[in-house]
Amino acid sequence: MKTFRQVGAVTMMNLRSLPQRFGTSLVIVIGIGGVVAVLVSVLAMSTGMIRTMENSGRDDRVIVLRNGSAGENGSSIPRDSARLILDSPGVKRDAEGKPIGSGDTLRLLNVYRQEDGAEVSISLRGVGPKVLIVRPEMKIVKGRMFNPAVNELIVGKAASKQFKGVAIGDKVTTRGATWTVVGEFTTSGDSHESELMADAETVMASDHRISYQSVIVMLESPAAYQKFKDALSSNPALAVDVNHERDYYKRQSATIGKVISVIAYVVGGIMAVGAIFGALNTMYSAVSARLMEIATLRAIGFGSTAMVVSVLVEALVLSFIGGAVGALLAWLFFNGHVVSSSTGGVASGHLIFELAVTPALILIGIIWACAIGLLGGLFPAIRAARLPVATALRAV
Amino acid sequence: MKYFPLIWAGLWRKRTRTIFTMLSIVVAFLLFGLLQGINQGFSTVLRDLNVDRLYVSAKTNMTDGLPIAYATRIKAVPGVRALSHWTYFGGYFQDSHNPLPAFATDPEQLFQVYREIKVKPEYIAAMKKTRTGVLISDTLAKKYHWKIGDRIPVGTSIWTNKEGSNTWFFDVVGTMDLSATGGGFPGFYINHSFFQEAAAFGNGVVHYYLVGLNDPKQATQVAKTIDAMFANSSNETRTQTESELAQMQLKQLGDINFIVNAIVGAVLFTLLFLTANTMMQSVRERTSELAVLKTLGFSDAKVLVLVLVEALLLCLFAAFAGLALASLVFPVLKPIFGNFRMPMIVVSMGAGMALLLAFISGFPPAWRAKRLNIVDALAGR
Amino acid sequence: MTALVTLQNVTKSYVRGKQKVEVLHGVDLQIASGEFLALMGPSGSGKTTTLNLIAGLDQPTSGEVVVGNDRIDKLSRSALADWRARNIGFIFQFYNLLPVLTADANVEVPLLLTNLSRAQRKQRVKTVMELVGLSDRGSHKPNELSGGQQQRVAIARAIVADPTLLVCDEPTGDLDRQNAEEIMNLLKALNRSQGKTIVMVTHDPRAAEYASRELHLDKGKLATEEVRHVA
Repeated sequence: MKTFRQVGAVTMMNLRSLPQRFGTSLVIVIGIGGVVAVLVSVLAMSTGMIRTMENSGRDDRVIVLRNGSAGENGSSIPRDSARLILDSPGVKRDAEGKPIGSGDTLRLLNVYRQEDGAEVSISLRGVGPKVLIVRPEMKIVKGRMFNPAVNELIVGKAASKQFKGVAIGDKVTTRGATWTVVGEFTTSGDSHESELMADAETVMASDHRISYQSVIVMLESPAAYQKFKDALSSNPALAVDVNHERDYYKRQSATIGKVISVIAYVVGGIMAVGAIFGALNTMYSAVSARLMEIATLRAIGFGSTAMVVSVLVEALVLSFIGGAVGALLAWLFFNGHVVSSSTGGVASGHLIFELAVTPALILIGIIWACAIGLLGGLFPAIRAARLPVATALRAV
Repeated sequence: MKYFPLIWAGLWRKRTRTIFTMLSIVVAFLLFGLLQGINQGFSTVLRDLNVDRLYVSAKTNMTDGLPIAYATRIKAVPGVRALSHWTYFGGYFQDSHNPLPAFATDPEQLFQVYREIKVKPEYIAAMKKTRTGVLISDTLAKKYHWKIGDRIPVGTSIWTNKEGSNTWFFDVVGTMDLSATGGGFPGFYINHSFFQEAAAFGNGVVHYYLVGLNDPKQATQVAKTIDAMFANSSNETRTQTESELAQMQLKQLGDINFIVNAIVGAVLFTLLFLTANTMMQSVRERTSELAVLKTLGFSDAKVLVLVLVEALLLCLFAAFAGLALASLVFPVLKPIFGNFRMPMIVVSMGAGMALLLAFISGFPPAWRAKRLNIVDALAGR
Repeated sequence: MTALVTLQNVTKSYVRGKQKVEVLHGVDLQIASGEFLALMGPSGSGKTTTLNLIAGLDQPTSGEVVVGNDRIDKLSRSALADWRARNIGFIFQFYNLLPVLTADANVEVPLLLTNLSRAQRKQRVKTVMELVGLSDRGSHKPNELSGGQQQRVAIARAIVADPTLLVCDEPTGDLDRQNAEEIMNLLKALNRSQGKTIVMVTHDPRAAEYASRELHLDKGKLATEEVRHVA
C-alpha cells in the first residue's frame, strides 16, 4: 500500500506541474492526435463500405446464382431455371399463393460523377414485378415506381446525389433503349441505393438477352433456408449456388475492405513509429527538466516504482487526450462523408457509401494512442527510476 | 564553411533529443516518399503509356460489347496499322473465387498491336493450328505449374458451351513474356474463332477492339473517325488512348490524390509541431550561450542565421534519410506497379518540404535568438 | 595620459514593469591605455552596468562613451557587435564556455568572425593556449576541466583576437583561493608584459590588490578614488 500511496503522490505532482510544460506536452497530444486521426479516417472508409454492404441483406432472403459464380455479374440463370427456383419448397408465398421472389438481371452503364466528372460504371438492375414485396425495405421517396413494359426506371437515392444525368426526368441511354427516370428510391442505405432499377423483362427485351443474373427469393422464415437449399441441390436440372443474402454481400466487400484496412494499418503504423519518437522526446525532456525534483524525491525515499509509474501515467494521460482529440477530428470531418468507389473486379458497379467513424473505431484509435504513449514513456520512465541520485543532485 | 563545427556542435547538445527528433522526421519523410512516390508513380505510368494504341469499346458500357463485324471497317480507317480484339472470357481454374485473366482474341494480330510482348513466332503459329490452343504468361505458368502440352480445364459461370457444359478444355501451346507491360495485363489467350464456334450464346461479340497506329500523333484523329463511323448506330463506340483508359480506371478507385495529400498534410503538420518545439526548447536552453556569442561579437543577424541553419541541417539530413529509405522500399512494390523507382520529382518535393519545415519550425526560435538582449540574458532574465 | 576609455556624464535607467529604475546617475571616468582598473562597490551600485557600457554590451540612456577612437554610444546594434569582435575580450564569473565545444574550439570562436585562414586560426589558438598554460588540455570539453582551468580557457578566448580592452566581471567569483591567485597572476602578467588594458569588476579585495587603480561606485555614482601603483 505504501507503494500505492507513493505512486499516487508523485503522479499527482507530475500532473499538477503539467501546465508548466505545456509546449512539450502539446507535442504528444498533437503528434498522437495526428496518427489517430489518420488511422481512424482511413479505417472509417473500410468500415463504411463493409457496413453498407452488410446492411444489404435480410436473414430470410436468399440470393441464388449460377454455380461457380464469384458474383451476380458473372452469373447467368436461364428462365426455366428461374421458374424452378421460385417454385421450390421454402419460398414464401403471397395471398394468391404466388412465390415472393424476383429474377434480377444486371447491366452496367457509364455515368459521370458529379464532384470530379470521373466516368464510372453503375448497375442497372432489372427486377421482377414483386420487387416491393421481395424488398420491403425499399420505398419510393420521390416521383413514382416505373411501369412495366415501358422504358422507365427509378434511381437509388445515393446514386442520384453522386452522379450526373440520373435525376427525375433525365433520360438514360443503354445499349438497347433510352429510359426515363421517373422516381427515386431508398433501401435503408444499403448497396442498392447506388443502383438504377427497371422492369427485368423490359430490360431483357431491349437487348435481346434471355437470362437472369440472379434470383432473389424471400423464405418462409430464416429456418427454411436449409430446406430450400437442399431442394435446389437435389434438383439435377439446376446448377446453382445458394447464399444467405448477408453472406453474399459480405463476401463482395471482403477483399477491398481488407485492402483498405491494410493500408490504414500500414500508414497508421508508420505514423505511430514517428509519434513514438515524438513521445520519447517529450517524455525525456519532461524527465530532464525535473531531474532535480526526481533526484530529491529519490533521496527522500520514494521508490523506483513510484517514479516509473508516475512518468508512464503522465505519458498515458497525454496520449489519451491526443487519441481522443484525433478520433474526434476524424469524426467531425469524415463521419457521414459520402464516397463512391469501385468494389474491385472486372465488371462491377460503383458503390456509394458513407465513411463511418463508429465507437469501435474510436476505441481502436484510443488504444493505439495509449500504446504509443506507453512505448514512448517507457524508456524515460526507466531513466527516472535508475537515475544515480547523488550525481543528479550534484550536477544540478 | 567555417561556422559548420559550431552549428553541428549546437545540434548535438542534447543527443537523445536530437536523435529522436531526427527519427521522427525520418519516419515522416519515409511515409511521404512512399505515398507521394506511389502517387507520382501512377502519373508517370500513365504518362509513359503507349500512345500509339487505341481502345474501342461500346459507348454505353464496355460490357455491352461490339459486333465482330466492325473489324473490317475499323481496319480500313487510314492510320490503322494493326487491329486485334479482346472478348472477356473470365473463368477459373479449380477455385471459382480465383478468376483467370482469360480473353478470346486474334493472336496473330494481337502481337502486332502489342509489339513489346515477347512471344516466339512458333507459338503464334501453334495457336493458329490448334483450335483449342491457349497462350499463357510466364507468371501464370509458374503460378499453376502449367507446361506446353498440358490440357487445362477452365470452369466458367457465364459461357456455357454448345455441349451444355460449363467446363472448357484448352491446350497450352506457348508462353509469353509480359514483363514490358504493366501489372494486371491479361495473360491467358484463347482463339476467338474457337470461342465463336463453341459458345452457346454471346458469340460475335467483342469487348475491346485494339488498334495499333502508324503514327502516335494521329491518335486523336483516328479515334474521332472511328467513333464518327458508328455514331447513331445501335452499337455506338467510344475510342480511347491507353492513357485515357488507364486514367479512367484509376479515377474509379477514388480520388487517390486527395487522400494521399490529406495524409501527407496531416503528417507534416504534426511533424512541424514536433520540430518547432524541439528547436524552441533548444534555443531556450542555450540562451546564455547565444548571449555569449553575441558578447564575442556575433551580430543579431548572424545568430539568427546560425539557429536557422541548425534547423535546416537537422531537417534536411533527416528528410533525405527518410526519402532514401523510401526508395529502398520501392523495388518491393515491383509486382504491383511494374518497374518502379523513386521518381526524381518526389525527391525534389521532399527537399522542398524539408526546407519549408526547417524554416517554419526554425524561424520563431531563430527570431527569439536574434532579439536576445545580451545583458538580460547573461543576468538570467 | 592617453585615455583609452572615456565616460562622460553617463546615465543608465531601465524600465522594470511599470517602474523606471535609474542605475547610473551621471558617471564620469577615464581609463588610460595599459591600466589595470578595478571597479568595486556593493550590490546594486551599478558597477556591472558600467562594465557593460564600457564593453559595448549595452548603451547609455544619456551621455558619451568613447573607447579608442569610437563613440560607441552612437553605434547601431550590428555595428556594435562588429566593434566588440574587434576590440573587446570578455571574461565572465561563470566562464561561459560553450559546453559542446572543446577548449581549443571554444578559443577559436572569436576568430571565426575574422578573415583569417584555418591555419592562421589554429596557430593563434595554439599560441594563446600556451600562454595560459593549457596546451595539453586543448581537446578537452569544459565539463572535463576544473574551474580554474575553465577560466584560463576563457582568458585565452578573450585574448585570442588581440583586443584593445579586456573586460572582466568577477573573474575569481567562482574559484577557490589558490585558483583565484593563479588567475589574477595571469591577468597581471597580461597587463604587465603584454600591455593589455584591463577593467575588472570585483568585490574581492584580494583580487583588487592586483590592479593598478581602484574605483568605487555607490548607488550609481562614483565615490572615493584610490590609486595604487604596484612596483
